[in-house]
Amino acid sequence: MNFIALSYWDIGLASLLLVVNAGLSWRLRLGLEKRLLVAGTRMVVQLTLVGLVLKALFAMTSPLFTALAAVVMVLFAGREAMARQERRFKGFWSYGIGTGSMMAAGTIVTVFALTTQIHADPWYDPRFTIPILGMILGNTMNGVSLGLDRLVSGAHQQRPAIEAQLMLGADAPRAMRGITRDAMRAALIPTINSMSATGLVALPGMMTGQILAGVEPVEAVKYQILIMFLIGGGTGLGSFAAVLGGARRLTDSRHRLRLDRLGAKTDS
Amino acid sequence: MLKIRHLTRPGLKPVDLELAEGQCISLGGPSGAGKSILMRAIADLDPNEGEVSLAGQLRESIPAPSWRRQVVYLPAEAGWWADRVGGHFPDPDLAVPLMMRLGLSQEALEWEVARLSTGEKQRLALTRALLASPKVLLLDEPTSGLDPDAAAKVETMLHERLAEGTAIMLVTHDTKQARRMASRHFRMEAGALTALPGPGDLRGNG
Repeated sequence: MNFIALSYWDIGLASLLLVVNAGLSWRLRLGLEKRLLVAGTRMVVQLTLVGLVLKALFAMTSPLFTALAAVVMVLFAGREAMARQERRFKGFWSYGIGTGSMMAAGTIVTVFALTTQIHADPWYDPRFTIPILGMILGNTMNGVSLGLDRLVSGAHQQRPAIEAQLMLGADAPRAMRGITRDAMRAALIPTINSMSATGLVALPGMMTGQILAGVEPVEAVKYQILIMFLIGGGTGLGSFAAVLGGARRLTDSRHRLRLDRLGAKTDS
Repeated sequence: MLKIRHLTRPGLKPVDLELAEGQCISLGGPSGAGKSILMRAIADLDPNEGEVSLAGQLRESIPAPSWRRQVVYLPAEAGWWADRVGGHFPDPDLAVPLMMRLGLSQEALEWEVARLSTGEKQRLALTRALLASPKVLLLDEPTSGLDPDAAAKVETMLHERLAEGTAIMLVTHDTKQARRMASRHFRMEAGALTALPGPGDLRGNG
């Protein structure tokens, strides 16, 4: 492999591009220069910290600490998915439904990949576990938040249509069917679109990374295809669980529509 | 047949009421007084407390969907879930005779819901509810958007149902209609239901 390590000087040089942008913003009075520099600094600090954490984690190869890191990642993903909801469930459920679904989907798909396709040794080797879980979670999070958002806003907007069916004796899953279906579609369509456009419009980041690291393009492509399948599977499972869980929470055992379990609209 | 004991929920003071087979009661009172809340509670559409039974069978002893097939609530503005009218009937052919009697043609099944008038919606929603052959009908201003001719057709059909033993609770602001349809009259005010002693007291109802 002909991997070219970067020096700090190289990175500093590249950061000049951001400084140029900031200068332009100042000159054109866009008012973005401060935000640009703050965001750039945050990026550097956060990534450096992650690099240090990963370095320590990889050196230990401890199942306990790997699991701990995975849990922390899921909790952050859950928070992010919740923050993207325009209208949330009241109480713990706003966090619980999305996080629980991602926890289940992320674990199932990652363990499946590590134990059967990527024969890592030991199977929980953090060098494989953490990046793969990260990629799956990132996409599952998008699906889960899109699905839940569509479900909740759909139930809110289409309350008369749902209740009209309940009034005539439909059960709750039947009355919610149109809305759960819409929500599932909204969750899965970005994944489908990215699969059909990948390679034509942009080269996936992970594949590009492997190629830069000196991996044969065909081998990098094989990895990318594997990852796309894992992402598709994780997004599907996670969204399915979140949408069905959300639909259950929106109705009760007496087959009523329970919009009172939702909070007020947030401006996010 | 329908027995209600201490039915209550936020916005509704405890209600005790009995409705016999083939009986129609009218319900008046200002809007926002809790008439719809009461009907929704009887149909078990919102969380509520109290004992409601039909022919001796407690509401909680049967699944909610079976309860609502026997006790159908028809709101003033019904909801629609399919694009076309026909999509709202399990068997559209069965709907045609009822629709014709309400002054709607068979082609109405092909119409788009978005283009229906208020009166058409009201008659189609009533058709939908009557097709379920419920034992109790909870009707919320079923003729408010209809001309007198169409309203008379609706009343005739409701009288037939009463003769067949269906019990009806009718919210109406039309005292004449209340007199024509109902044998007992009630008034809802600030969430409290009171029985009016006789039809003469209907004045000011609504």
